[in-house]
Amino acid sequence: MTSPIGKDLLALEPLTGDQIRLILDTAEPFKEISERAIKKVPTLRGKTIVNLFFESSTRTRISFEFAEKRLSADTVNVAASGSSVQKGETLVDTARNLEAMRIDMVVIRHGSSGAAKFLADRIESNVINAGDGTHEHPTQGLLDLLTLRDHLGDLAGRKVCICGDVLHSRVARSNLWGLKKLGVEVGVCGPRSLLPNAIESLGVTVFDHIEEAIEWADALNILRLQLERMHAGYIPSLREYNRIFGVTSARLEKAPRDLLILHPGPMNRGVEIDSDVADGPHSLILNQVTNGVAVRMAVLYLLAGGNAQLAEAAKGQGER
Amino acid sequence: MATTSSTLLDARAMLRTLRRMADEIVELNGGTEGLVLIGIQRRGVPLAERLCTIIGERENVTIPTGALDITLYRDDLQTVGPRPVVGPTRLPWELEGRHVVIVDDVLYTGRTVRAALDELADFGRPARIALAVLVDRGGRELPIHPDVVGRSVDVLRGDHVDVYVEELDGRDAVVLKRRAEEQ
Amino acid sequence: MSIARRVPNVEPAAPTLLRGGRLLDPSTGLDSPGDLFIVDGRIEHVGDRLESTPDGAEVMDCTGLIVSPGFIDVHCHLREPGREDVETVATGARAAAAGGFTAICAMPNTSPVTDNQAAVGFIVRQAQLANAARVYPIGAISVGQMGEKLAEFGEMVGAGAVALSDDGKPVVSAQLMRTALEYARTFNVPVIDHCEEPTLADGGAMNEGIVSARLGLKGIPAEAEEIMAIRDILLARRTGGHVHLAHMSTRGSVELIRWGKERGINVTAEVCPHHISLTEERVLGYDTNAKMNPPLRTAADVEALREAVADGTIDVVATDHAPHHYDEKEREFADAPNGIVGLETALAVVVTNLVVPGLISWSTLVDRMACTPARIFHLPGGTLRRGTVADITVFDPDAEWTVDPTTFLSKGRNTPYAGMALRGRNRCTIVEGRIVYRASVT
Repeated sequence: MTSPIGKDLLALEPLTGDQIRLILDTAEPFKEISERAIKKVPTLRGKTIVNLFFESSTRTRISFEFAEKRLSADTVNVAASGSSVQKGETLVDTARNLEAMRIDMVVIRHGSSGAAKFLADRIESNVINAGDGTHEHPTQGLLDLLTLRDHLGDLAGRKVCICGDVLHSRVARSNLWGLKKLGVEVGVCGPRSLLPNAIESLGVTVFDHIEEAIEWADALNILRLQLERMHAGYIPSLREYNRIFGVTSARLEKAPRDLLILHPGPMNRGVEIDSDVADGPHSLILNQVTNGVAVRMAVLYLLAGGNAQLAEAAKGQGER
Repeated sequence: MATTSSTLLDARAMLRTLRRMADEIVELNGGTEGLVLIGIQRRGVPLAERLCTIIGERENVTIPTGALDITLYRDDLQTVGPRPVVGPTRLPWELEGRHVVIVDDVLYTGRTVRAALDELADFGRPARIALAVLVDRGGRELPIHPDVVGRSVDVLRGDHVDVYVEELDGRDAVVLKRRAEEQ
Repeated sequence: MSIARRVPNVEPAAPTLLRGGRLLDPSTGLDSPGDLFIVDGRIEHVGDRLESTPDGAEVMDCTGLIVSPGFIDVHCHLREPGREDVETVATGARAAAAGGFTAICAMPNTSPVTDNQAAVGFIVRQAQLANAARVYPIGAISVGQMGEKLAEFGEMVGAGAVALSDDGKPVVSAQLMRTALEYARTFNVPVIDHCEEPTLADGGAMNEGIVSARLGLKGIPAEAEEIMAIRDILLARRTGGHVHLAHMSTRGSVELIRWGKERGINVTAEVCPHHISLTEERVLGYDTNAKMNPPLRTAADVEALREAVADGTIDVVATDHAPHHYDEKEREFADAPNGIVGLETALAVVVTNLVVPGLISWSTLVDRMACTPARIFHLPGGTLRRGTVADITVFDPDAEWTVDPTTFLSKGRNTPYAGMALRGRNRCTIVEGRIVYRASVT
């Protein structure tokens, strides 16, 4: 495989800082394509991409679909409900069927950690992880990095705090690795019942109080608090969560500097983030969405094609 | 891998050539009305900017210029190894009804120009598109012909014609490189 | 296979002379080169070399090999009845024989559960038909392993059960565990607990720690095991019953067992070969053959468990042999079943990880795999004493081999050791004087 980032994009943990920078740099020119009247280039013409979504996700699926279509790929969406998956087909059989249909790439969202790797190990096609269980969501991590870089420039030495349910968040893990590889100091803040208790050994600073995190950080990446966490007893109530850990404008006003605010969405306004913060001047939430398409185009571009044998044959043709 | 180099154009010759090309572009267009120069990434971009400056000084007008990266329109993307770096594309105005001149450093197979024509078509419908190149080295693989040529050279297939521009390379020159054993 | 089966006519075994091996029996303190002669399923002679070969004796040259009491695995899952596609009593018994085990104890979490005398009798009969390693049934503690109503210990023991356990599940109710320990005293059998506090372990797929944090898998904390271990030890102290703690996996459990033994509490414990050879790091990459319960733990836990085998805090090595159909393991990590096969790799894993690095002697290995299991489960064998039953393992301490699951006699292929180079291999397994396994290589 000739792609500079490998056959698949499954996680940010195994990537180097240079590989991550390459993806972000590649995303830059793709931003402009989405501003054109005809938002489409022929780069992936003839490529077939399956968007395999075992978990429902409007935002990520649409973002990937735009990215694919703007690169002229042929796309098929498979949702778990109503498909053979719901009829009890195993993931390995799904993988074999995809392979038999000679597709080029698979974008997979799955509720089980490791599912993207499971698929990637079993098929030749390029696999992009669009979120696997509570493991990683690498393109979200990348778009967060791109958004931060747009506003802060070089990220080395900056401080970013990931706030909320780190334990169950694939976004948190991808951010954590991506930020660290770009030299960012990473903090996490949330109730200890929602942080992995080995979190400190991953090289992050833990804040028990959101006020301390706000004083420390240049940017906050505020995770969505999933309502089922409350039902599962990790926290007593959403009301108390907002009072103790909610990012509010009153808390932000006490910060020594203006903090950039990120949120992977969908937001629970009034729980982990207050509306005036989400809609405020330092909120980058919509920039994240815009950058999501560019980052995904960059990843598709970098992974697709690049057939080693053809490349060898094409060598030495000189300038064009 | 011994190679011999010979300079086709030095800095002064290159300036003279660009001035002549500027004149020909204005003549071809019948003036500067509606004229737009679009350089192809990477060395076509500074060349287009210089042509604009020259035309602007002579005609006392401001000619709009742009940059086009054709990587995503290349017909060999499936075969090239590591993915080529994509440069920025800047076309900050409407192309409808304009007289567009594509500017590139070297014209060879014509495939780059083919990609540029495809890409421009996605941006709009110019009244006319012309092609200006600093060097035409022959060897076309597509029915594409330049309208304005700085210098035509007859070279062998294995030869390299390298264009250096002050903005990117620190000097202006056009150099022919030929493998010694092929002579 | 037909349902109506007969017990095979086992031909009386010929007298067998094991010549020139290293006779190693910690139960009698024997460790010297010599001959062992078996007649009519009993050990007729053990010790000095015989001057001549007795008439009609089959002679086996054991030069360079260790001749020891047969290994006994007190913890395995044979899946019959219910999942004969995965393993049967017969295939399990043959796999055991191949691994050097002359006897194994089958856990009752079959379908239906082995929770009554008829079910126990079924296992006994299937084992007779197998004509390989002995298979001793373990009866369930509670009816249907539901953790509610005590099963009929007396009748099950009468039918051949050698211990009681709800393994696969913990005994959640402390009161039921207390009653089981008390009631089992009449029959003098151990009560085995699978130590797992269910609310802490709920949904867990691996050890809770840095690796689970990285992989985004729900962890099972060490405390889930340790809380139940100390509960059981305290109940054994209260009742005077014999509690046997299955598959101990943490440093904390070792300390708790040591604490109990120092106070004279009737507690014994086992460790599995995988818990003294592999760590949680093995889960990186989501290999479902590294998924078991209790899960692979940290290097510190492995170190503590190895020391505990050496100093006797852990009494026995047991496999927790758990075959699964390959389809069941070929899936998402969180959804894959727990467990690995172990009968055919146990000896080599222990040799490679404990004997080769010098943590235990060959004598201690034989003690933990043969003598002590027989003693604490009150089973025949476990000794080379003259006149006792000839359950004997002959193994090559120096054989180097690479694990190839396709050669297993078990139906299960789910092992994390595939492709791994190990040392120590069984050469011959003798049950009551009959050779039930003999390696094709010499």
